[in-house]
Amino acid sequence: MMKAWIPIFVILPLAGAFLIPIISRYFSRFGRILAPLIMLILTGLGIMFFFREEPVLIYHIGGWKLYKGIPVGIQFVVDGLGVLMLAVINLVGFLAAFYSISYLSKYTGEKYFFALFCLMVAGMNGVVITGDLFNLFVFLEIAVIASYALVAFGIEKEELEASFKYQVLGGVASLFVLLGIAIIYWQTGTLNIADVAMLLRESDSSQVLVFVQILLIAGFGLKAAMIPFHAWLPDAHSSAPSPISAMLSGVLIKAVGVYAIMRLFFNMFTMNYEISMLITVIGTVSMVGGVLLAVGQWDLKRLLAYHSISQMGYVVLGIGMGMVILSVDGNRAVAALAIFGGLYHMVNHAVFKGLLFLNAGAIEYKTGTRMLRELGGLSENMPLTASTSLSASMAISGIPPFNGFFSKLIIIMAAVQGRFYLMALLAVIVSIITLASFMKVHRYAFSGVPRFKNKKLFGEAPFTMALPMVVLALLCLGLSLLVIPSVRNIFLTPAVDALINTLNYAKPILEL
Amino acid sequence: MERGMTSIVKTTTRLICGVVFIFGLYLIVHGHLSPGGGFAGGTVMAGAFILLVLAFGDDIRHLRIIEEGSSTLENLAILLFLLLGVSGMAIGAGVFFGNYLETGQAGDLLSAGIIPVGNILIGIEVAAALFTVFLAFVIFKEEEQ
Amino acid sequence: MILYILCFILFLVGLYGVITRRNVIKIVLGICIMEYSMNLLLVLIGYVEGGIAPIVVKGVEDTNFVDPLPQAMVLTVIVIGLATTAMLLAIAIRVYKKHGTFDIREIKNLKG
Repeated sequence: MMKAWIPIFVILPLAGAFLIPIISRYFSRFGRILAPLIMLILTGLGIMFFFREEPVLIYHIGGWKLYKGIPVGIQFVVDGLGVLMLAVINLVGFLAAFYSISYLSKYTGEKYFFALFCLMVAGMNGVVITGDLFNLFVFLEIAVIASYALVAFGIEKEELEASFKYQVLGGVASLFVLLGIAIIYWQTGTLNIADVAMLLRESDSSQVLVFVQILLIAGFGLKAAMIPFHAWLPDAHSSAPSPISAMLSGVLIKAVGVYAIMRLFFNMFTMNYEISMLITVIGTVSMVGGVLLAVGQWDLKRLLAYHSISQMGYVVLGIGMGMVILSVDGNRAVAALAIFGGLYHMVNHAVFKGLLFLNAGAIEYKTGTRMLRELGGLSENMPLTASTSLSASMAISGIPPFNGFFSKLIIIMAAVQGRFYLMALLAVIVSIITLASFMKVHRYAFSGVPRFKNKKLFGEAPFTMALPMVVLALLCLGLSLLVIPSVRNIFLTPAVDALINTLNYAKPILEL
Repeated sequence: MERGMTSIVKTTTRLICGVVFIFGLYLIVHGHLSPGGGFAGGTVMAGAFILLVLAFGDDIRHLRIIEEGSSTLENLAILLFLLLGVSGMAIGAGVFFGNYLETGQAGDLLSAGIIPVGNILIGIEVAAALFTVFLAFVIFKEEEQ
Repeated sequence: MILYILCFILFLVGLYGVITRRNVIKIVLGICIMEYSMNLLLVLIGYVEGGIAPIVVKGVEDTNFVDPLPQAMVLTVIVIGLATTAMLLAIAIRVYKKHGTFDIREIKNLKG
């Protein structure tokens, strides 16, 4: 039965990460075959899990069953939200690994790249399937430490400085998360998420729990690149190699940032009006601040990194609005719509932001620069890159029929129905400024006359770099189909249900 | 210039490093009976090796060979540990990390199923990992000069 | 109670070190101090009044044990702290080799 395959999501990339350096000493191309193969198997497994028999699959590690109704072991839990995150992480991971087969010809130390890549994916998979707080922290650290090493992979001056800044800020954030987990253990005496959820509902929330919630927002908010914790993101995402930028911006800030906030604040803590408003305000400020900082950028990857902050602001805004409405016992249909918009935008952003970073990597691979003032006329020389970049730009600006339009529309509709008129207006304005910013990118990079120095480097990107870009561009159109009710009931509605009915996570684990 | 530290340090190291190694091994093997286990014992074992390299010094070609071997040993130890977990899925209860060897009396040395085996593998892994990190720093510094 | 407050003050001392110091190595030390304070806090949380070390000895009936779960957590956090410190120092020595200085006010290539 399907339950037995759950630990494979952690075992397989972990085994790959430690097998690649050993065998690459004798067989030097081993990494570039094994890593995409592992990711392909995991993607297939993740998509198969959408069609599982029970809504919540629980796997007890070590066979430790419940002892008088108390969970004493660590459980791996796959519910609607978890399987959505797993599918997104492994699909984008497969495309990025496939892309890096030829991108890495500019770097040495290739075996370490694929080993660290597999380690990062193992950490992210572990974060989304675990049901234990301390296990969440351990997998979070595995993913994040692997990403510190990957950002500094090229060992140039800028990459090292960016990685150092990222590490110091990320390390402090992880320690805030650990402090929050320690205080939760102190108050409740257990580390299991389901058990803590039940215990927190029996006693009333005190001042200490509000302090813990603020600590967790600070820690996970830094991982999700919310303003005022965003200072590491532009440097780290622009200096990393391009497939790693696609993974960091497309998947890591969602899996260890936004997913952790969703899981802990919906399924574990009781709803609190002030904390929910705080999350909504942080989302709105990130949305506006990110795009205003992005408009003046001339470095292509830095511009894309600031836009990541803005789009993640949309996701956190959707989630926050759902939390506010649930905390005052308002209209549950509006809350479900807001959360649906937030989750749908999260999936869309992984696809189009990944595509944009892969495009920037292809441009840098062929022309050697990423400053917009030095590029030009690429639409004749690199037609595939230009057309996929055009589709990704239209998706991020919210132009129909691409997927970004539908998810932004749903968030704005939910904001209007929930009476958050200021947030809806700001969302529309930010969308228009995003469109202006990407029109600037297209004017400078793709149209006009070529301005770059070495005119001998014409031609399209190689096949292993072009194929992931084409697949992602097709997905940008294909994901618009998720608004159709029959399609969305398979993929997105279980995830929304898992969050709205907040005890749907804890009850199956405890009554087993 | 003579390699390594002064002769007092060298003599003391010759006497002590074997004792440190055995102490680390004791911490690892008795991990299910007394405080310690894989992590703590592995760190002490790495300390014995690091003491040797610090006191006696070595030339960089030899250190590179040792670092490759230590790194390979570390990867192998982790793969064996994962294999131990996966073998729990095949034998016995059929769950990841299921405890399928016999658990004897509490307080005996051969008890508690797969936990001592896990401790030994983790001990080897932590010792090899710490030694590799130390050697990487030393090689980086020697390369500069 | 005073011990918990002292642990928290140690955490804030480490945070102060990370924020205000200019030398790269002092920033790394600040993060290490924060980790030590977390380990101390975790072990303190598991304390039970009048408890003894949680080791089962043959022939003695179960008595008042201190909570062993935070001790297992502390072992894991120490190893994670080791990995974090090793990563930070590896990047720090390469930064020194490329830029020639340990002062973070001089290492400012990325702006804007």
